[in-house]
Amino acid sequence: MKPEGKKRIWAEYQKEIPDDHFFYVRSCIRQTFFAGSEQCFLKIMRDDLGKDVFEDPRHTTCTGIGYHGDIVPFETIQTVVARHFALATEAGYKNIAISCVTSFGIYTEILETWKHFPETLERTREDLYRATGRTFEIPETISHASDIIYKFRDQIARKAKYNLVDISTGKPLKVVEHIGCHYSKMFPKSGIGGAEFPHVLVGMVEAWGGDIIDYPERRHCCGFGFRQYLVQANRGYSISASRKKFESMEPYQPDLIIGNCPGCAMFMDRWQYTIKEMDGITYGKNGQGIPVLTYEELAGLVMGYNPWELGLQYHNVQSMPLLRRMGIKADPAERFLAKDGTRLPEPANLINE
Amino acid sequence: MSAGQANRFGFVINPSRLIDYDTSDRKVREYITLREPSFTLCFACGGCAATCTAGQHTSFNLRRMNTYIRRGEIEPLREEVTRCMLCGKCLLVCPRGVNTRNVVSLAAEAIRKLERNEL
Repeated sequence: MKPEGKKRIWAEYQKEIPDDHFFYVRSCIRQTFFAGSEQCFLKIMRDDLGKDVFEDPRHTTCTGIGYHGDIVPFETIQTVVARHFALATEAGYKNIAISCVTSFGIYTEILETWKHFPETLERTREDLYRATGRTFEIPETISHASDIIYKFRDQIARKAKYNLVDISTGKPLKVVEHIGCHYSKMFPKSGIGGAEFPHVLVGMVEAWGGDIIDYPERRHCCGFGFRQYLVQANRGYSISASRKKFESMEPYQPDLIIGNCPGCAMFMDRWQYTIKEMDGITYGKNGQGIPVLTYEELAGLVMGYNPWELGLQYHNVQSMPLLRRMGIKADPAERFLAKDGTRLPEPANLINE
Repeated sequence: MSAGQANRFGFVINPSRLIDYDTSDRKVREYITLREPSFTLCFACGGCAATCTAGQHTSFNLRRMNTYIRRGEIEPLREEVTRCMLCGKCLLVCPRGVNTRNVVSLAAEAIRKLERNEL
């Protein structure tokens, strides 16, 4: 194929990511389980890149988990999302930046619905006005926060204090990237690289010096689902999907896993603990677990942020082996030390201790 | 995993359904299709399993057995093939005219040959 042809085809897999002025909507799961991630994103955007990112404390959950769990009707979630758009409209923002992949899927699904069924948009406008007295404009762009980090990946690389390189060998770290299903599998044009070639995390890892592992189950779902884990007895379906991925990636000896969906990152971290407790199996090098990081945490490490301020100590799989490979000096004794000197609660049975 | 651990978590890890084509053994399928070519006509409708007397009383399932043969999954096939009583009711309902009884018989024969390293 001629290079021009390739460029034309690849152009169809790109999406528009604005340069500045974002209305940021947080994630229920990310801010609960990866407490430093969103703060890290905001710090990089505001302090390191000088961007305008606005947050409104009146923003609520998108209710996506309830929607996918079949307890929140579609009309309700449309009205909740319309309220978020109303908050953005009131603040004067046209670019939405979404922390969560579930929310991102919800927003794109609703916008597509409104596009193809305009009567649902009118109904939602009416519902929102009757419930809250608010009106809204449809945002001009919808970006996942990982899209934005992807856009500025080279700028981050230029400011990087550490690279994704094993300092003892000089070789690139081997990274597994996992894209949340709701990022681009439902609406491929909403993700960089579409559903077939999602490039959002690959671009970051390569820009920061790492190598991507292309393993057989790379595009398999992490198993998060919603009904699978909401019902305790069904969690066997969820964990078996993650295990299939771990078994598939194990021979390539990954140094870390990076995810853009908070649910994926949470389960791929927590299920390693559960599999170890149930079957005594780990999938990393030398009998260790494979650290699972969000893209914000990885960006933070590259930028030289304190790993304990990023919240890495609250992952089930601890990151000390990764930090040593990258040459990051972090005192394990300070892991659970709060800034005021008090001790934070310490989780039991952590992996890679 | 012990039952105690299962209770502690409230669930168990489902066994993997991953089919590893590097380790699957197609010898049994080749042995059967060579001797009973009608086996290739099966389109897995499940009529055989629905009418099966052995299937009413045990976990035997002819359609599942055919899947094991096609995928080359020998271990589960070894157990499955012993459950058929060779009554032949499945022959009467098969819409594709597959000689199902002969398929089971050949599968059992192939397994025996495999165990004797004759296949």
